[in-house]
Amino acid sequence: MATTNSRALARLMLVPSVVLLLAWMLVPLCMTLYFSFLDYNLLSPGTEEFIGFMNYEFFLTDPAFFESFFNTLLLVGGVLLITLGGGIGLAILLDQAIWGRNYVRIMVLAPFFVMPTVSALVWKNMLMNPVNGLFAHFANWLGMTPIDFFAQIPLLSIIVIVSWQWLPFAALILLTAIQSLDREQLEAADLDGAGPFSKFYYIVLPHLSRAITAVILIETIFLLSIFAEILVTTSGGPGYASTNITYLIYTQSLLQFDVGGGSAGGIVAVIIANIVAIFLMRLIGKNLED
Amino acid sequence: MANNNSIKTKLIYTFIAWTISGLIFFPILWTLITSFKTEAEAISASPSLFMFDWTLENYEDVLARSPYFNHFWNSIVISIGSSILGLLIAIPAAWSMAFVQTKRTKNLLMWMLSTKMLPPVGVLIPIYLLFRDFGLLDTKVGLVIVMTLINLPIMVWMLYTYFREIPNEVLEAARMDGASIGEEILYVLLPIALPGIASTLLLNVILAWNEAFWTLILTAANAAPLTAFIASYSSPEGLFYAKLSAASAMAIVPILILGWFSQKQLVRGLSFGAVK
Amino acid sequence: MGSIHLKQVTKDFGDVSVIKPIDLEIKDGEFIVFVGPSGCGKSTLLRMIAGLEDTTSGTIEIDGQDATTTPPAKRGLAMVFQSYALYPHMSVRNNIAFPLKRAKINDDIIEEKIASVAKTLNLTDYLDRKPGQLSGGQRQRVAIGRAIVRQPSAFLFDEPLSNLDASLRVNMRLEISELHKSLNTTMVYVTHDQVEAMTMADRIAVFNGGIIEQVGSPLELYNNPANRFVAGFIGSPKINFIDIEPSTIDGTCSLGIRPEHIEISTTGGQWAGKIGVIEHLGSETFLHVHVDGHDTFTVKTSGDCPFKYGDEIYLSPQKNKLLHFDATGKTLPNIA
Repeated sequence: MATTNSRALARLMLVPSVVLLLAWMLVPLCMTLYFSFLDYNLLSPGTEEFIGFMNYEFFLTDPAFFESFFNTLLLVGGVLLITLGGGIGLAILLDQAIWGRNYVRIMVLAPFFVMPTVSALVWKNMLMNPVNGLFAHFANWLGMTPIDFFAQIPLLSIIVIVSWQWLPFAALILLTAIQSLDREQLEAADLDGAGPFSKFYYIVLPHLSRAITAVILIETIFLLSIFAEILVTTSGGPGYASTNITYLIYTQSLLQFDVGGGSAGGIVAVIIANIVAIFLMRLIGKNLED
Repeated sequence: MANNNSIKTKLIYTFIAWTISGLIFFPILWTLITSFKTEAEAISASPSLFMFDWTLENYEDVLARSPYFNHFWNSIVISIGSSILGLLIAIPAAWSMAFVQTKRTKNLLMWMLSTKMLPPVGVLIPIYLLFRDFGLLDTKVGLVIVMTLINLPIMVWMLYTYFREIPNEVLEAARMDGASIGEEILYVLLPIALPGIASTLLLNVILAWNEAFWTLILTAANAAPLTAFIASYSSPEGLFYAKLSAASAMAIVPILILGWFSQKQLVRGLSFGAVK
Repeated sequence: MGSIHLKQVTKDFGDVSVIKPIDLEIKDGEFIVFVGPSGCGKSTLLRMIAGLEDTTSGTIEIDGQDATTTPPAKRGLAMVFQSYALYPHMSVRNNIAFPLKRAKINDDIIEEKIASVAKTLNLTDYLDRKPGQLSGGQRQRVAIGRAIVRQPSAFLFDEPLSNLDASLRVNMRLEISELHKSLNTTMVYVTHDQVEAMTMADRIAVFNGGIIEQVGSPLELYNNPANRFVAGFIGSPKINFIDIEPSTIDGTCSLGIRPEHIEISTTGGQWAGKIGVIEHLGSETFLHVHVDGHDTFTVKTSGDCPFKYGDEIYLSPQKNKLLHFDATGKTLPNIA
């Protein structure tokens, strides 16, 4: 499709992006890898020494690692489940003939634009606070004991907050996908005597598969590194009940100044992300490109 | 009969839709309302939606307590700066992938996207140390660099999907008409792709505005954008709901408005072109 | 001036050879049509002449100068694309002005040229519209206007009419022919439609599988096709082929007879057959006749055809119009 001239130029124009991304990926990653074999604490500089896989041993045998690993999975999986389920429901609802659809859409979309720190703070203090929060007021009004969300169900509370942030994204993308569905297909299904359930299952859902893939991919990218919501609400606690891998590494390296341990954790996180990435890339490779 | 029925259905759907979307929007609405209450009213056990004494004192307090406009300005510089810098790097790359396809193009795109999968914590320490050694900690320049890099894959991918929709023949026509590659991009490609470029810019401004990992870790007082400004309200000021609300409102309202205005353009970009 | 000389030109895409060595001399002022089925390499060759594709080997000379590696912008050629390829964000005026601006021509002269081109192509009233507000035919004229305004040494047309509806296509065909007569500039025109080729060309090059099967004037190709492929491609409705026992005299393996060269009789003839579908075109009639032991024959006869479906008739070829092909498909001299 092109000539030698343009091909050479094209390669040249790719260079900045590729070099920058490569540098951004490789340089720090190699440093992380290097640090992960050192006994390196920021509080005692100059005493670094090579300790082999000790950091990995410590990190991987630390019960906190397993807890935060499962927390990470629960967080990503839970939010995906809620946002996809809710998103499909919302998309179908907003696709119906309703009055004021534009206003409804604006309201549904709004949480996506709220920065994570703000939404975490608002939920933590104004809604979920066990004394003065709105939910507590509501529980009292019903005559029930208010739940202390971040003490009793910390991870679930964070899942709820994060789901609230990402539901609009899923709903909006799925809505757009539904709207591109060929209405004649549904009419043909009507003529063939299909009920609402089989129409959804055999026509709407397959049509949405691309959009669903996109939602899973993009949300996973962001959900794997949820940080601010945890920092602001529970700081990972109580204990490690709401610590995910990202937060665990953060506490280890920047709060306990254990660069070596944090780096080993970072490498583990990269490996986990890679496993997820390979899986996802397969998925989108098939589903996204034409 | 049928008409009556369909109006009834519409009424029911409208009611459900408004109820659910109202619930989703409620935390934001509640924040906005609370920001105009006094602290006493804000924590009242029987909160009122509208019937209270509206006041602006919280906004005055927030402005007096911390340099809001500094943070606001930092957010603007970081999000817009990184988006524009990112565009300058991403446009040539996207041009080359969209119009001079090779066997490697698809793999290259996948690789770029996979760098997004790299968890920030994996490179947290080196970046922190490098930033410290280069004096980039707590500087706007440093954050612009980081934001550009973390959003570059998304920008390239978005622009690529927009460029792909421009027929190659139009660019070839320009070439036949005597345009150099530079002229071809400047006079033909960019104007045609303008809506796509605008929405790429927009999405990245929003992503950078709301980014809350690097902005929290790499900044202190000087370059802290609104994400960090608001995080400082986590305790104990978080218990002063009205002030917290006012600060929150000031952090989110600009981007909320921008997002609402551009929601149509955002959808396509957000899904990497998978959904039109 | 606008002569184009292709010498041993080839094109490979990876391992696939799309253009086998081709030699072709296009004379100045000539209207040459590349015709062939899709995938035969005709568009690729045109794009190589334009400079939009690299030439794998061989040389392309334009006006006697080697232009094989010259970038498209410097070849002095203009191209009209299948999709018109107008700049959607520019007005018609700016579309037409674009090549002139790139050539750094003075604004006053540009205005003058646009006015005169617009007049020639009946676009004067549309100069300030965007391409999106024009009909297919008007867009096509803008594309042509953009091509002629810079007075190129040759025009390249890549299936320019295939996006137009049938009646408009006939009109545009005439307009392009008219344009060629008035400009007297070389035109290279790619199409898969043999009617376009026959009606417009000075010379036709018939492409098949990356080679040129035959080059010649429309009537040469019609009357004396070099081989079975050309005979089958040129002429509408299509020629009838009859496979026969290989002749011991000259090695004829198959015969070709055009629908218009078959006589019909109700009493006797070479082949007996039964009429299948009858297509009435008013001025003429196409009969699809099932002949015993052969395929269906297409026969062209007058408009007032008395036959109906199922009638038994006899067909005989006009002997001097019979084409003889050998086992490789090459045309043999008609010895009858």
